[in-house]
Amino acid sequence: MIPGSFDYHAPATLDEAIKLLGELGEDAKILAGGHSLIPMMKLRLAEPTNLIDINGLSGLNYIKEENGYLCIGAMTREATLETSDLIAEKYPILKDTSEVIADPLVRNMATVGGNIAHGDPANDHPATMVALGAEIVIKGPGGILGGRERTIAIDDFFKGPLMTALEQNEILTEIKIPNPNGKSGATYKKLERKVGDYAIAGAAAALQFDGDNCSSAGIALTNVGPTPIRATEAQDALVGTSVSSDDIDKASELAAAVAQPVGDHRGSEEYKRAVVKILTARAIQTAKDRAEGGS
Amino acid sequence: MATQSITVNINGEAKSAEVEDRLLLVHFIRDNHGLTGTHIGCDTTHCGACTVLLDGTAVKSCTVFAVQANGREVTTIEGMEGEALHPLQEGFMEEHGLQCGFCTPGMIMSSKHLLDKNPNPTEEEIRWGISGNLCRCTGYLNIVKAVQYASNKLQETPTE
Amino acid sequence: MAEPRTSFEIGGMGHSVKRKEDPRFIRGQGKFIDDIVRPGMVFMDIVRSPYAHAKIKSINSEKALALPGVAAVITGETLKEYNLHMMPTLMSDTQMVLPLEKVCYQSQEVAAVVATDRYSAADGVELVEVEYEPLPVVTDPFKATAKDAPIIRDDKEGQDSNHIFHWESGDKKGTAQAFKDADVTLKQDIYLPRIHVASIETCGCVSEFDSVTGQLTVWMTTQAPHAIRTVLALVAGHVGLQEDKIRVISPDIGGGFGGKVPVYPGYVIAIAASVVTGLPIKWIEDRRENLQADSFARDYHMTCEIAADKDGTMKALRIKTLADHGYADAACNPSKWPAGLFSICTGSYDFKNAFTEVDGVYTNKPPGGIAYRCSFRVTEAVHAIERMVDMLADDLDMDPAELRLKNFIPSNAFPYKSPMGWEYDSGNYEGALKLAMKNIGYEALLKEQKEKRDRGELMGIGISSFTEVVGAGNSKDFDILGIKMFDSSEIRIHPTGKVTARFGTKSQGQGHETTYAQIIAEELGIPVSDISVEEGDTDTAPYGLGTYASRSTPVAGAAGAMACRKIRDKAKKIAAHLLEVSEDDLEWEPGKFSVKGIPKKASTIQDVAFAAYTNHPQGMEAGLEAVSYYDPPNMTFPFGSYICVVDIDSGTGEVKIRRFMAVDDCGNIINPMIVEGQIHGGLTMGIAPALLEEISYDEEGNMTGGSFMEYLVPTAVETPHWETDKTCTPSPHHPLGAKGVGESATVGAPPAVANAVVDALSHLGVKHLDIPITPEKVWRAIHKRDAT
Repeated sequence: MIPGSFDYHAPATLDEAIKLLGELGEDAKILAGGHSLIPMMKLRLAEPTNLIDINGLSGLNYIKEENGYLCIGAMTREATLETSDLIAEKYPILKDTSEVIADPLVRNMATVGGNIAHGDPANDHPATMVALGAEIVIKGPGGILGGRERTIAIDDFFKGPLMTALEQNEILTEIKIPNPNGKSGATYKKLERKVGDYAIAGAAAALQFDGDNCSSAGIALTNVGPTPIRATEAQDALVGTSVSSDDIDKASELAAAVAQPVGDHRGSEEYKRAVVKILTARAIQTAKDRAEGGS
Repeated sequence: MATQSITVNINGEAKSAEVEDRLLLVHFIRDNHGLTGTHIGCDTTHCGACTVLLDGTAVKSCTVFAVQANGREVTTIEGMEGEALHPLQEGFMEEHGLQCGFCTPGMIMSSKHLLDKNPNPTEEEIRWGISGNLCRCTGYLNIVKAVQYASNKLQETPTE
Repeated sequence: MAEPRTSFEIGGMGHSVKRKEDPRFIRGQGKFIDDIVRPGMVFMDIVRSPYAHAKIKSINSEKALALPGVAAVITGETLKEYNLHMMPTLMSDTQMVLPLEKVCYQSQEVAAVVATDRYSAADGVELVEVEYEPLPVVTDPFKATAKDAPIIRDDKEGQDSNHIFHWESGDKKGTAQAFKDADVTLKQDIYLPRIHVASIETCGCVSEFDSVTGQLTVWMTTQAPHAIRTVLALVAGHVGLQEDKIRVISPDIGGGFGGKVPVYPGYVIAIAASVVTGLPIKWIEDRRENLQADSFARDYHMTCEIAADKDGTMKALRIKTLADHGYADAACNPSKWPAGLFSICTGSYDFKNAFTEVDGVYTNKPPGGIAYRCSFRVTEAVHAIERMVDMLADDLDMDPAELRLKNFIPSNAFPYKSPMGWEYDSGNYEGALKLAMKNIGYEALLKEQKEKRDRGELMGIGISSFTEVVGAGNSKDFDILGIKMFDSSEIRIHPTGKVTARFGTKSQGQGHETTYAQIIAEELGIPVSDISVEEGDTDTAPYGLGTYASRSTPVAGAAGAMACRKIRDKAKKIAAHLLEVSEDDLEWEPGKFSVKGIPKKASTIQDVAFAAYTNHPQGMEAGLEAVSYYDPPNMTFPFGSYICVVDIDSGTGEVKIRRFMAVDDCGNIINPMIVEGQIHGGLTMGIAPALLEEISYDEEGNMTGGSFMEYLVPTAVETPHWETDKTCTPSPHHPLGAKGVGESATVGAPPAVANAVVDALSHLGVKHLDIPITPEKVWRAIHKRDAT
């Protein structure tokens, strides 16, 4: 219940935060929403010696469309995403995802950036971002003239459980989602036993169509592997098809085959794999319905 | 031991103290300032008994450090009553929305934020809105009715 | 149910009086254990074992003691000096307060750190170094009974196995014969796993000892403060504590449900530490400690058999149970009932023959057994019978409602003697079931189910028609560690007509400050607003056995009524004196005595109260008060019928409760609003074990379910919109005709849910599912895949 001791820092600028990360070393952690980190600290599973609170930084909390991308600032709270009209209308997959993260109180603090940067394969946004082909913008220490910024493709971001491409002295600042071309639909389906639980499994599907023909597909899975899993074969199986129920069945079978679930109190490996299949099928169907103008 | 000097506005009053960096906001409220209406019911950020408003937003005060609240406004259950009881407090009494009373302050603070954002919620929206608050006694139905009571009352005669 | 006899202003029985306790809670002004602060108070935190069974090689407190703020580290050796390292359980077993030789369950208390603040205490716990030597672990109770199983309680003289007790009830021979003669017999293993009440407030205490006066004051989350006081006096008398100088105070309690009845080691360590150090000590457990070490419920492995004629007439019931008690028998049953009231298992049905036996076993798990709103194992009994009745219906291809109606004890058969020796006071089982069926539209649901089935959709309807047995209990049969299970009420009317009433029970949310006041309002016609009810302070409250097992209304409520009647007898004499008539000329209506035939010639109870101090008859003692210690002549038997409708996602196995209709009968109702609230809460604690909650252990004794991450307490989203109704069959022996209702719904709901799910899947050949019915269990049942 009681965390270990640490030194608290509340820098005023992003550059200051990055500088502190560099100075304080390995055991310094960023405090954003804090609702993954602080619970771990209270169980003494994480004992950082320094916390760098970035909640006071301005300019990291936004949702906007720019240059062919939907750009989400890393400090955007899940609750903001959940209630955004823009998101509900044009990117409902993000609402599907944020509204099943933990519970409403946690969502008031938890950030989209944190949900991704934490690198936990049980978190919900990672699979969604993989399905959407997102790009992750990262800021690190730079030269005399300012911070260095780099952009990583989502497929290169997740390395392993709680491990990402973020260097120790870098901060995730923005998520960019390319605007889909033309007719498209996407959704996220999660099976949880109760509100607040992690997923037994989750599946994100994002489809684009050229007429009736599926021109691209993004399918990714939550909590059935060391990272979110892109179901590449399942995607390939849909491209060029009309996404008929046979196509969906085949693709969901392929998705289940690449899942790497581990049996635990949420379910056995066999059951989780079956859930992946069902959720993937339902996600693809809903994505198709949305592309066709339904919901 | 790392400490900070902080000032937090709790229910309209500035409260200053020298606190350990790791002091949880819930302990700052309860132990440092004797406002024991906010309760602790778990250690994994699930139960919501510790819910307070931080700058008007409902948060679990067991998962926020006191230092994070420096310069900000916290509202606890003790701050809900003005000249009269808040309609939520009234509603919980009228609709038997509490039994042991332990989850009640957290439920009321969550419901306050819910009604601020959505003044006329459906039953389903209320259930989703309070899904971060656990209750073992009431079975939730009367809590839903309490929130509906408050929603109706607030729409008739809006208060702060 | 009859109309209330009193006006709304008086607020007697039948009125939904708003609760008197609410004004403090909705303002956050409740006084719970962690709100209590004493001058000079220090904090205690506990070091716990990661091993389920291990020798303690050494405990090194050096680093902990070096930490600024840490004042002391207490071990078993410290307590041994005062002979307080062991304590008796309520079942006359023994359990460790702190171990000397070995630990017997994961998270067992090993040492305690006392520090100036809770943060230092937590840091101190991390720094205590304990060296363990793991021992072989036994978590499977069946393996625990094997010849070569390691003996867990080798500290007990003469204990050469892990067997604790064998208990039987009923007619073994007659039942065996009935099974032989029956057309149909069915057998099913039913396991009810461990669950935990998880009240939102955890357990704790503040203990303060004055070495000058010898006065010990303990604030404690206890449902039974007087019993605690006596136990402390008996257990710690040798260190100088005596019962007239022990004060136990139960403050406001954030939920009990049975989990705040046991004496936990943490309490005893804190009390011992406060006596030894002279400092007030606060101990508050955190949630993981609460789930991992505090009293659990269930863990019953039942082999159930039912015998019937082919026309559906039930003939006999036989249940053999292996009861997993953890490493000590610390279940808080009345002492003559090691398996609680399990013999109520013949339920609402007119069995002529029944037999049940229970064997208790030690395993390397925390002790306990009945802490989850269960009325002393009645949940287990009802789950068994209601599942078996449904299995029989399925086997005979009979509608489950029809089978129940055929076999119910008829409403003209009461008082009814069951083959297990219970005398049911009153019942109307067919009335409750028929009302439930009407309310839910049973016939229409059956039709819908058939249509859905034809389309391959899964929908189920489940019934549970339960009989409860509560109100422990008569002194012939019921005692806790020898103390008889009466309960008490002390009522005093002041000169200005206001009332102070004290009871031996202790509410943890049941609303006694309101309902007891309503009983007094009913009996004396004094408005509820003029009555103050107090409970929980052993210095002032009359001796009682506390609140659990739905006993408050049946026993303490009755005591309240009896005390009022004593007061009314005296009041009548005073009224006669005031009105200058003989007592026989007076008639009573709530609130006043009037002369027969001359209604204007009257004395109100307030007039009488004033006169009791200013103008009482010569030769009569002044004052207007009474005490009653009520020894109930029998238990009471609330009952009900629940119908649950579920829809199942055949892909994922998810179960959604679409509707739940609960018809309850608890006799005459004091406060309908409070009763309904109790039922809502009980139903939620019924569906939770049915679908979500479970504590389990692996072979090494590692627990799953030790935090809210794994132990799934339902939120408002998982909880359906409850539909409730009632019938009213008063108890013939209770002074108010009331029966108690706090646990009915927790008892009746789980089999309704289980029956509904099995019903949804029965056409696929599914006969039974153990709870919790997880989506995976349903998925496997649909796809017929055995769990690997």
